[in-house]
Amino acid sequence: MVKDFFSRIKGIWVPLIAVIIWELLVRSGKVNPQILPAPSAVLVRWYHYVIPAEVHDPKTMSYVKWMFSGEFFGDMWASFYRVFIGCLIGTALALPLGLVMGASTKVYDYFNPLIQVLRPIPPIAYIPLSILWFGLGNAPAVFLIALGAFFPVLMNTIVGVRAVDSIYIRAARNMGANPFVMFTQVILPAATPYILSGIRIGIGTGFICMIVAEMIAVNSGLGYRILEAREYFWSDKIIAGMFSIGLLGLAIDMVVDRLNSYLLRWHRGLE
Amino acid sequence: MTALQIKINNVHKVFKGSGGDVVALKGIDLEIHEGQFVCLLGPSGCGKSTLLNAIAGFSLPTTGNIVVNGKEVREPGPDRGMVFQEYALFPWMSVADNITFGLRIKKEDPKKIEAKLEELLTMLKLTEFRDRYPKDLSGGMRQRVAIARVLALDSPIMLMDEPFGALDALTRRSLQDELLKVWFEYKKTIIFVTHSIEEAIYLSDRIVVMSYRPGTVKKDITVKMPRLRDPTGPEFNALKAELSELVMSEQLRFEKAHMGITGD
Repeated sequence: MVKDFFSRIKGIWVPLIAVIIWELLVRSGKVNPQILPAPSAVLVRWYHYVIPAEVHDPKTMSYVKWMFSGEFFGDMWASFYRVFIGCLIGTALALPLGLVMGASTKVYDYFNPLIQVLRPIPPIAYIPLSILWFGLGNAPAVFLIALGAFFPVLMNTIVGVRAVDSIYIRAARNMGANPFVMFTQVILPAATPYILSGIRIGIGTGFICMIVAEMIAVNSGLGYRILEAREYFWSDKIIAGMFSIGLLGLAIDMVVDRLNSYLLRWHRGLE
Repeated sequence: MTALQIKINNVHKVFKGSGGDVVALKGIDLEIHEGQFVCLLGPSGCGKSTLLNAIAGFSLPTTGNIVVNGKEVREPGPDRGMVFQEYALFPWMSVADNITFGLRIKKEDPKKIEAKLEELLTMLKLTEFRDRYPKDLSGGMRQRVAIARVLALDSPIMLMDEPFGALDALTRRSLQDELLKVWFEYKKTIIFVTHSIEEAIYLSDRIVVMSYRPGTVKKDITVKMPRLRDPTGPEFNALKAELSELVMSEQLRFEKAHMGITGD
């Protein structure tokens, strides 16, 4: 039993020892806490970042509103919201174009040169232009995130449609499927494994774009918060914010993973 | 004699290739009557699948034509349902959705679809697998679903391209019996491609032996034995010996042409 317990928590030792060394290093005075704060200081800072700023009074304030009176939940929500909307827009634009480009060589030949020219430009390089176009605020941030999600989804959708096994197309034609049925009920579902992995990569790129955009274009969200903390030399808050970013990324990835396994429950690769 | 259903008129099929053209079919003339169970038998490369694909409308003849129920074949259609060796079930659909696909895309009445589904699930012993996905089924079960899917189309003709080729011997035998049952029950015209002599004799009314390149009809044999046939009986074995000789001589020509190169 005891042995079993210890073998199950194997993964905790390395981070635990690292944190202890880190703490001792800072406490010994060898490292300037302004440069590298102790983990305990980060934890305290993180606690103050998370807890609500106001005293809860059930008469005047709802529970949710009270929770959001601190910075943490507001930042998490702002960042999540941007990634969600941005990736949604990017996917909504890339998916139909990718489906058509994958299915028709003619359309592919029309669009491919333009895409090949635009694709290597990192979304970050669009920052000056996006601020010029959209000013400051959510608009340029969402634009960048959508751009980051757009290309992975597009490329994977094209490949996915092209990789559809011709036997499914033959079977569907044999049963009398018209082009519309073929597209919606055969090609689209057959390409979903590719499309979903494209969306997953797109969300990853969109997430990076979100942090960068928040550092530049808006004054809320996790990216904004850690840059703000730097202005005040709050290195403990920077690190607390970084862990919060990691936490949000992990949460999004877990949800996407769940969604993937649900949508691909028919797929052999997941057995 | 039942009505003429499929008429194949002087069909030629040439595949253009970098190493010269390949004549896959040459001057095929066949008449197939309603309710017949016909096997196309021959070694790899004899054009039996090419002929089946031409009847299905996937790949039209280079010259000559195929007339089904008075209409020339120009494209695939649900009047000629096809069962593929690779099953070709849609893996993203449950067994029930696979079977009813042809009816759903025709926007049939849901009640009618449900009734047909129940009937076919019972017929092919698939009731308990109704909501499963193809990945959860064995090869034999998948092929039952593929057969049910074609039966749902209510097509008078079933085309089968080595449907049991990938199955083990025991599963194969039980599916052959299942297919005969289906054939008795629904009175389909079946064109069945195989390279197994035993399978051809066990199943069919008529065996069309095809020659290796160019694919021609080498022999057209009517099988009169009553069903279910005994694969160990004398009549069965005499026919098997006769067909073996015919098919093996084509097989040798195939091997000579390929000189150790495997494949079709």
